[in-house]
Amino acid sequence: MKRSTRRRLIQGALYAVFAVIVLAIIVAADWQAIRTNFFDLEVAAAAFPEIITVAAKNTVLYTAIAFAGGLLLGLIFALMKLSPVLPYRWLATAYIELFRGLPALLVIFAFAFAVPIAFQWRPPGGSAGAGLIALIIVSSAYIAETIRAGIEAVPKGQVEAARSLGMNPAWTMVSVVLPQAFRIITPPLTNELVILIKDTSLLFIAGMALGDRELTTFARDSLTSQANATPLVLAALMYLVITLPLTQLVAKLERHNKRGR
Amino acid sequence: MIAVAGSTGAASAAPPAGVPAIEVRQLCKTFGTNEVLKGIDFHVDQGEVVCVIGPSGSGKSTLLRCVNRLEEPTTGTIIVEGVDITDSETDLDKVRTRIGMVFQQFNLFPHLSVLQNLTLAQRRAKRRGKKEAEEVARRNLAKVGLAEKVDAFPAQLSGGQQQRVAIARALSMDPDMMLFDEPTSALDPELVGDVLEVMKQLAREGMTMMVVTHEMGFAREVGDRVVFMDGGVVVEQGKPEDVLGNPQHERTKGFLSKVL
Repeated sequence: MKRSTRRRLIQGALYAVFAVIVLAIIVAADWQAIRTNFFDLEVAAAAFPEIITVAAKNTVLYTAIAFAGGLLLGLIFALMKLSPVLPYRWLATAYIELFRGLPALLVIFAFAFAVPIAFQWRPPGGSAGAGLIALIIVSSAYIAETIRAGIEAVPKGQVEAARSLGMNPAWTMVSVVLPQAFRIITPPLTNELVILIKDTSLLFIAGMALGDRELTTFARDSLTSQANATPLVLAALMYLVITLPLTQLVAKLERHNKRGR
Repeated sequence: MIAVAGSTGAASAAPPAGVPAIEVRQLCKTFGTNEVLKGIDFHVDQGEVVCVIGPSGSGKSTLLRCVNRLEEPTTGTIIVEGVDITDSETDLDKVRTRIGMVFQQFNLFPHLSVLQNLTLAQRRAKRRGKKEAEEVARRNLAKVGLAEKVDAFPAQLSGGQQQRVAIARALSMDPDMMLFDEPTSALDPELVGDVLEVMKQLAREGMTMMVVTHEMGFAREVGDRVVFMDGGVVVEQGKPEDVLGNPQHERTKGFLSKVL
């Protein structure tokens, strides 16, 4: 048999296997049950407009707050971890290791219920506020490590050039090192952001007020009240509507930034 | 021009005549157990062009990097224009604005345009206004023959152009002296000439220069003095025609026979 004929046969076989699997799934699925349980148009209609005006809005809002806070706190801990002052390094290492090692769900739970009892202090913004503080802390631990890696990836010659021109360490960090570090870590930071969007779904454990609910909490509540899973499908679609343009945008930014390197 | 001279002249008042630009006394530098500099005595007078040559690992780059304390001396004293820079009370950032440095790998800031590369330190370290900094930058870019590249990014330039921008960046601080750390070693052979031409022009204008180099032709033509280093000590120094043409020391002869 000729080599090219054999290759075509193998390819044909692979397509055939794929087609069989898809067919099997289509035949095995109970389409009637799927339609009534997951794609009920009446139930879907009932979810609007709250699924957008409340749930999706809150998901975006919580993500933005948690990411902004996580970046700021993460930058502080990254700089502490690189500090020449030993206690700062210890503190940063302990913080990062602790909050990277704990499940986000547990930290949210702690801030919503344990901290108010232990310190007799209610975080601002009620349950949502407490959960957000926890999300900021958890994400900052991951982001701190990402930023530290980015700073260390900037070539040593850049710092030497800036210092040899008489720039002090602070200006060198702000004007020379950090801009380059953030370019380097744009892909992993995007990853953090997408993970964070999905982690806002963990906030339900804090017990949200009606107007504070984000997509997953909203969908779970509808699931219970309507005894139908269509809201879950809707929520899933909403997450994709949020994450897909975002990753595309960042990919575009990244291509644009390559110009400067 | 007048505005430039008025605002920068006072900041870097010229030291009294006769004080060496750079004076190094009994400088030792060890990395771990590796003794790179073994008690160097060395000086560069004002307006002098000193070329430091020697085999790799001889400590010549380390000596140069100690002069603006990018490398921390282990023991010894370094005096720049009469100021002891090994003294912990010295404002190192201020001294560094008077010492221009050019690196083998250029080290331009890749995220900034050529103009921003030249204005950044002027604004942050010398506190110059935007307009003045840009004026100075454009003047120095013209001087290295790259006036038309103000808006380019470093990645868009050839190695030779990048190094000339790096020289213009150092000059924009109005330094009293320039340190060159093998400025042409990372360049393709056909690009070396342009960079050397800029350096020759600087020397003609009376700039104090310390040049670590493998370009023997440059050392012979431009150098007021050539210093040969090997194994962390100064083996021989003198006029270029003497050191390069009639070396006294066996190690100098051996080195020159390999590179000439």
